[in-house]
Order: sequence, then structure tokens, then C-alpha cells
Amino acid sequence: MKLNRRAFIGTGVAAAAALQAPMVWSQGRPRVVVVGGGAGGATVARYLAKDSQGQIDVTLVEPTRHYYTCFFSNLYIGGFRDIASIGHSYGKLAAEYGINVVHDWAVGVDRDAKTVTLAGGAALPYDRLVLSPGIDFVDGSVPGWDVSAQHKMPHAYKAGSQSELLKAQIEAMPQGGRFAMIAPPNPYRCPPGPYERISMVAHLLTQVNPTAKILLVDPKEKFSKQGLFEEGWAKHYPGMIERIGPDFGGDKVEVRPDAMEVVIDGTVEKVDACNVIPGQKAGRICEMAGITDGNWAPVNGYNMQSRVDGNIYVLGDATAQGDMPKSGYSANSQAKVAAMAIRGELMGSSVFPAKYSNTCWSLIAPEDGVKVGAAYEPTDEKIASVSSFVSQTGEDAALRKQTYEESLGWYAGITTDMFG
Amino acid sequence: MIRRMLNVLLAGFLLGGAGAAQAELLGDAARGETLFRDCASCHQVGAGAKNRVGPHLNDIFGRRAASAGDDYRYSKGLVRMGADGLVWNFETLNAYIDNPKALVSDTRMAYRGMKDETDRADLLAYLRGFSASPANIPESQPTARASEVELSPETLAIVGDKAYGEYLSSECLTCHQRSGSNEGIPGIVSWPVEDFVIAMHAYKRQIRPHPVMQMMAGRLSDEEIAALAAYFADLE
Ligand SMILES: Cc1cc2nc3c(=O)[nH]c(=O)nc-3n(C[C@H](O)[C@H](O)[C@H](O)COP(=O)(O)OP(=O)(O)OC[C@H]3O[C@@H](n4cnc5c(N)ncnc54)[C@H](O)[C@@H]3O)c2cc1C
Repeated sequence: MKLNRRAFIGTGVAAAAALQAPMVWSQGRPRVVVVGGGAGGATVARYLAKDSQGQIDVTLVEPTRHYYTCFFSNLYIGGFRDIASIGHSYGKLAAEYGINVVHDWAVGVDRDAKTVTLAGGAALPYDRLVLSPGIDFVDGSVPGWDVSAQHKMPHAYKAGSQSELLKAQIEAMPQGGRFAMIAPPNPYRCPPGPYERISMVAHLLTQVNPTAKILLVDPKEKFSKQGLFEEGWAKHYPGMIERIGPDFGGDKVEVRPDAMEVVIDGTVEKVDACNVIPGQKAGRICEMAGITDGNWAPVNGYNMQSRVDGNIYVLGDATAQGDMPKSGYSANSQAKVAAMAIRGELMGSSVFPAKYSNTCWSLIAPEDGVKVGAAYEPTDEKIASVSSFVSQTGEDAALRKQTYEESLGWYAGITTDMFG
Repeated sequence: MIRRMLNVLLAGFLLGGAGAAQAELLGDAARGETLFRDCASCHQVGAGAKNRVGPHLNDIFGRRAASAGDDYRYSKGLVRMGADGLVWNFETLNAYIDNPKALVSDTRMAYRGMKDETDRADLLAYLRGFSASPANIPESQPTARASEVELSPETLAIVGDKAYGEYLSSECLTCHQRSGSNEGIPGIVSWPVEDFVIAMHAYKRQIRPHPVMQMMAGRLSDEEIAALAAYFADLE
């Protein structure tokens, strides 16, 4: 056998732990508490429980009983999925993997005592803590908007009732009415997400309200898969979508939810439905745990360990890690590296060098799918992109259809990988 | 529904003994040979053909479904249909190749279907040449092709470390399901080790086209590919 494990042990800092004897746990099994049951949290909990064969006591804290994936929530808006098909429960993680699923909010972390406090009052002790709380919104990011206005101008950037509300408001628009989206500044979850949403709203409108118009107000010069989206919009939805970038005041926007007005660089526009996607930051529990630097929680790219506290790992959207986009695929990929590193620390199991990857599929119109992806490796400073690809403009319909079908396979695959 | 239709077709064939009529349906075998290239990454046919990712296709005409040998693991659905009496002939193969999942919903064949009727007729004319009667299997022209990539015997001889393969596999499992499901993303469990290794090297060298797979395979070492092959080969 040519494989020499020792040769690659030592390439990552996490590997050092594997050489030490496993620690001795005075209270029986080592305890890992995971906060957030989304793409990062559900995956890490499942891999820890599965790969330690029950030798690690895993608790998953998640307030909702049904997790609605943001991925494919745009397809729900477009009418390609029903809402139930993007909802997932935690039953298998509890019943088949022995994970202690606690439906509650984490409201505090005592890093010295190594406990997590829950809204219900309990304090959960941990040997290692994993935070994967996703995003919260930056206060004042869009003047005139805060979460108290999210029923009038939904963000739909956490899926579920917000997605249903946005879809209902679009369907209720008067014939020939106008839909607006305020796109977020970088960095934010799912770089192609707002533009896939524009595509899906356009598709919905061509079905129910073909003379309606879409106004996309964007603070960014450029956006993900721009060439592909713009080609698709010209082809499938000609004349429907207008984008106002920063050169025309797309970065100077204010909203008036009560009046259903959007003010762009001083010009008032009346709209019939409005999707405000504000600027984002790490889920608030990261700030409460004192592990953020600015808006995000910095992590060590070799193992996803917090740079502030070695007993805490952070996954997914909440992290500042380098080049990986904030996506479900990324969070899932990071979770597997963290699960391996944590098992190495707690059980002395083998630790292999981290490999990360991401692919984001987007749907532009029926059977017109595109994708972008990259592979990543850790360096001392960050997780760095090592190779990438993107769909090309002008691809034939058969390839686009295949790409769409592939995304359906991916969705089934990743949700099985998260929830069992 | 489709299955019922097939049974009708099947019954018709058995009763009518469609021999001559069937020959007329067959197309251009030379063109079929070219079309078979798409199939050849999984199926072998001709002298020396063996069960690989897919079963060998010698004597496929007249063969009962799911009966290419004990060393091949079929989907449950195909086994059931074989037991129910499904026999491969022009009509049944034509329907299967047109849309595999419509006929056998859980088939492990990750093929989306050949939509053009002439293509199917040509392909079947080619395959017909490897079924015993009337033509004998041509001994001189094995189409059990040399693999897509030339790999050194040392590379092929690497024994994969399954524990390492298990960790590496977690990256594959974001898309490819452990259950072997084939929806949109092909199943990769229980492949012969060598086929897995060859396929991954074909992606790594960009002979196979898929960009995600080229990226994934592109950064795997020979040992890592062997580790993954060893791990996935033994998954049930
Ligand atoms: C419209 C849209 C489309 C997208 N499309 C794609 C796509 O096609 N592909 C892709 O890969 N990604 C996509 N994404 C991105 C993807 O949804 C996120 O990147 C991913 O969910 C991040 O995972 P996470 O674990 O960091 O956070 P989340 O999945 O958001 O999970 C966080 C969980 O933590 C819980 N939580 C938060 N705070 C606490 C607390 N204090 N206590 C307990 N629990 C808490 C929340 O309830 C939530 O369930 C899309 C996003 C959007 C908005």
C-alpha cells in the first residue's frame, strides 16, 4: 500500500491532535453542542453521531421543528416546487442517529464555564461547541426597513413563511403592476440567490401577469453569473426586467413600507410588491459568544475552529473564512471537515487534510439551469480557491436541461446528507 | 401503465414470433457502433465482455431481464421484472433505451434515454450482432474496449485505504446518494474498483466532460482515487 498517512499528517494544524492520546472525559462521553439545525449544523451533528458510533454525545439546538431550505425556495416562488417539498424535520436525526434535538433558542454562551444558555432557561455544558446560526440582518442597511416591516416588504432570505408571503404578494399584484427587489451588498448568503429569484419572479409573472414589470435595485457593480442571467432574461423575459446599478443610484435607496414606495437617489417609485434583502452579518449568537470580528466570525481554514476560542467551531454563512461563498453546499462541506477535526480531538481518530468544494446551481427558466463552482484548500490565512468553473453563455438546451436535472439530484443528495 | 403496455408488447411478441418483421425494424449497425460509445463507459459487449458498472450485453436479445450472472447486482425492480417474465427483445429494449426509468423506476442505469427512434434502431442493430442467433458473437472484434484512459499497472494496483475513502466520500455524498439513487445525479455505489478508478482518471485528465467532476477528480491523488474506489465498491 502506497498511502502514507504520516506524510500528510502535519500538513494541517488540526492533525496534531490526532497524535495525542484521546483526552479522558470525567463525565462519560464527550459532549458536543451544535447551535443551528441548517446546512452546517444538521450536517455536523449527523456526521459526529454517525462516525463516532454514539461515542460522542451530540445535542442539536434549533428553534424550528421544520427547517425550510433557502435553496430551492426560489423554485417554490417560480412554481417549480411546493412549500412542503422544501421542508424537513429532525425526526431521523433524533430517532436514527441518537442526536438530542432540543427545539429552543440559544441565548448566551459562557466560554469559561463552557455552557450554552437556552431561552427556556437550561444551561447545556459542552466540551466542544459548534455554531452554525446562519445570518441576521445589519440594522439600518436599507433606510426605512427593519424586521418590523418584513410583512409589508418581505426579505424571504430565511425560507418558510417569508417565502410564502412574498409569493402571495407577487401573485396579488394588479395586472401590469410593478415588483421591486432591493438586492444586498456583499458579502451575503448565496451570491446568485437574488438573481435566481428575479428569474423565478419573472417566470411566475409571465404566467399570471405578463404585462408586469420588475425593478431590480442593486448596490453592486457586478454580480454572480451576471452574463448568464442577463442572457437568460433577454431571451425568456424580454423587456420585463430593469436593473438599476450603483451608477444610477442603486446604492442610494430608501424604502417606505407603509406607502409601498422605493426612493432611488431621491426619485420616488411606487411599487406593488417589494422584496428587501438587507445587508447581512453572522447570526447573533456569534456576537453574543464574543467570537466575531466586525460582522462575521473568523475561523481557521484547516478545521473551521474559531480564531477566538479553540473550543468553538463555526460553520457556514456566519464565518469569515476566505474565498468560499456563503452557500448551503459550502456549509455542508465545511461541516464534514469540522466533524472530522472534532472527532480527532475528542476521540483521537484519524484527521485527514481538509478539502472543501462548492457548486451553486441556479434556474433561469423552465429547464434552463446553470451552475458555478470551485474547489478550495486551506492556507494559514484563509480557505483559498484552487480551481473553478462556470456554465457558459450560449449553451444548448439539452445541456441546460441536464444541468437543471442535476440540481434536482443535488437537492435530494444534500438534504439526505443533512437530515439522514 | 408503461409496464402494462410492455407486457402487451411482450405477449404479442411471444405469440406472433415476430422474427422476420423484427429484423426489418433494425437499423444501421455501423452507425450503431458509433452510438454505442456512449454506453461503453459502463457496458461491454463482444468476445471477453464482462459485467462491469453495467451488465455485459452479449446475447442480450432473448435474455431474461436481470440474468447476466450472479456477479452482477441488479436493482430490485429489474430483478422483479425479470422474475415476472420480462425478456429483452427489440420492443422491450427499444422502450427501455428510450426512457429507462419509465420502464424500471429504480434502475441503476444512469442513462437519460436515447430519444431518436433511428438512433435506437441503429444501436439495437449493432447489439443484435452480439446475440447468438442468427449471428454468432464475432470472436475477432472484441468491443470490450480498452479503457478510456491508459493507466499504468502500478496505478491500477494501488490498494485503496477504505478508512481514508470513507472520509473522502463525504465530499461525494453532497450530491451522490449512498442509497445509489440515480435521479439527476448518477449512483456510484458498488462499481467494480477498476471502473471507478478509470472513470475518475478520465475526469481528472478531462477526457470525460463534466465540469464538477473534473474539478473534484482534478485534485485527487492516485491514492485518493483508489481509496474512494475501495470504499464505494463495498457499499451495499
Ligand atoms: C433564496 C436563496 C437561495 C439559495 N440557494 C442556494 C443554492 O441553490 N445552493 C446553496 O448551496 N445555497 C443556497 N442558498 C444559501 C444557503 O441557504 C445558506 O448558505 C445555508 O443555509 C447556510 O447554512 P448555515 O448552516 O450557515 O445556516 P442556515 O441553514 O440558515 O441554518 C441556521 C439555523 O440556525 C438556527 N438558529 C439561528 N440562531 C439560532 C440560535 N440562537 N439558537 C438556535 N438556533 C439558531 C436557525 O433557525 C436556522 O435553522 C440560498 C439562500 C437563499 C436565501
